[in-house]
Amino acid sequence: MYAFVRSNASLFAVGVIGIALLIGLPLALDLFALLRATLYVIFAILALSLAFIWGYGGILCFGHSAFFGLGGYAYAVGVLNLGDSTIPMAIAMALPALLAATLGYFMFYARISDVYVGVITLTVTLIFYNVVNSTAGPQYRIGDVPLGGFNGIPNVPALNVPFNPDVVLDPEGMFAVCMVVLILVYFALRALLRMRFGRVLVAIRENESRVEFLGYDARLHKLIAFAIGGAIAGLAGGLFTAWANFISPTAFSVVQSAQIIIWLMVGGVGTLVGPVIGAVLIAWLTASLGSQQTIDANVILGTVLLAFVLLVPKGVAPIVTDRLVPWLLSLRRWPIAVTNAPQKDKP
Amino acid sequence: MDFVILVGIDFVNGIATLALMSIGLAVVFGMMRIINLAHGEFMVMGSYSAAVATHFHVNIWIAILIVPPITVAIIGLLVERVIMRHLYGRMVETMLATWGLSLFIVGCLTMVFGDHTEGVPAPLPAIKVGDYQASGYGLFVIFMSTVTIAGVYAVLRTTRLGLLARGTMQNAEMAAALGVDTSRIYATTFAFGAGLAGLAGGVLAPISGVFPSIGGSYIGRAFITVIGGGPAPLVGTISASAVFGFVNQLATFVSNPVYGEVALLIGAVILIRLLPNGITGRYFRRAL
Repeated sequence: MYAFVRSNASLFAVGVIGIALLIGLPLALDLFALLRATLYVIFAILALSLAFIWGYGGILCFGHSAFFGLGGYAYAVGVLNLGDSTIPMAIAMALPALLAATLGYFMFYARISDVYVGVITLTVTLIFYNVVNSTAGPQYRIGDVPLGGFNGIPNVPALNVPFNPDVVLDPEGMFAVCMVVLILVYFALRALLRMRFGRVLVAIRENESRVEFLGYDARLHKLIAFAIGGAIAGLAGGLFTAWANFISPTAFSVVQSAQIIIWLMVGGVGTLVGPVIGAVLIAWLTASLGSQQTIDANVILGTVLLAFVLLVPKGVAPIVTDRLVPWLLSLRRWPIAVTNAPQKDKP
Repeated sequence: MDFVILVGIDFVNGIATLALMSIGLAVVFGMMRIINLAHGEFMVMGSYSAAVATHFHVNIWIAILIVPPITVAIIGLLVERVIMRHLYGRMVETMLATWGLSLFIVGCLTMVFGDHTEGVPAPLPAIKVGDYQASGYGLFVIFMSTVTIAGVYAVLRTTRLGLLARGTMQNAEMAAALGVDTSRIYATTFAFGAGLAGLAGGVLAPISGVFPSIGGSYIGRAFITVIGGGPAPLVGTISASAVFGFVNQLATFVSNPVYGEVALLIGAVILIRLLPNGITGRYFRRAL
């Protein structure tokens, strides 16, 4: 039992912290701060989806906001047409997953290199941005919902209790839902990475041709991983629309895509916790900067991205786990440091 | 007949604009294997330098053709020395760093010039084609695009600098062993590409208007033209511009400019699916 806890210490830590935040934050924060915290949690879910496909799948997606925006629009159109938020949320996951699978077919089955994957995904985001921006006229409508062009879709209902549109979630309920989703997504991805599929995926990231020599279909694995990432990003988009009661084409913008990349660069590509921390940190930073007028937020974002690429290319998380934790352990002179030692003999 | 000529000019204009936008990016990508995501912002800085120069009553031709390339080339040199030279050979990192740079520049431009549109007057009147009018400046863009491409060809093919640059790009270690200062060649090539971006920004300023975030609308098109063109910077740019510019103008002609751009982007995705290494990855392999 002790060994099990020890080898899964990080999982337990994340679970405990997650549940503590889930219960503690609504008690500690006032309503305004809680609404903001909900947004950070939604961004953290979005960060997890890219952390999975880029950090573990090695798929360089520069247009992740396409899935986020598509999920947001799918939720808005669905809930305004149906009145209930349950099925639209499912659509908000299914549609981006479908888009990701289609794109993945185009990209991975053509065996194009990761740089070109970045270009194509960015291009697709630009297509969405341009098209949705141009749907201002009343003739552009899906069902009863005009798409509204650059004005976006206002007055989107919030989440309600499944199949019961009369009971709408209050801000505390919304926070709880988002937090639970974040925790579930985190542990689902962790589980996925421990399964055969996840191990093959990481192996593909390390050396694609070697994995293919061993008989695995790298293309299919990447395609499935990309679709899963798309679905999670769409889920975040749907939650975002439900939170903001509003969605506009800026969800598709290149700056939005860049933000997700920055979260990962700050937190650490190749980890799951890092991007969550990065998302919360950067979202908090931009929100704090938004209230002052002297420095444009883009200047800060650009500087942060540049600084991390040049100076801290692995992000914050590896520094904490590789340097800080061993250092703290060595301070306490516990036998843990000794029992860890033999692992270093591995080639 | 006049109408046919007019439509023909439109098509050629679309292709020439695309080529002019992409050539700076293509030189940097083709020669150095760097995808400069700040290319659009380099162009915008060119446009702004032209706008500022006209504001100070500099002759309009000097403001459009001389000031932007020099300004942006100097900025490009600075960027290469401070940022890019740490990242050579790491393609993903260069993309991320230049993306950060592009956000940084957009933010700076917004802070300095404000989030509104500056104008640069078009220095040429319209030209009569039978019963119709064609934009004289549009014809000038076609002319400038041709001259620029010919100029790049001449520099790479006939000058000593072009020879050293091509040698360095083919085998940097060998060039260094033969006494070439490769670090300086890289810096010059990057600044050259930046200067071309500035020139494009200056020439296109009267047409597209000048505001901080317009770089985003340039970069997508320039980017896929270069990727679609493949490894050979000049032939790649010309052929990809011809294909994408034609698709763009055709869709614009049939519907509207927005769907023109969408058709261009979709066409690009399909082209990359069919020719993963771009047009010059399959055809005209030995071209420059």
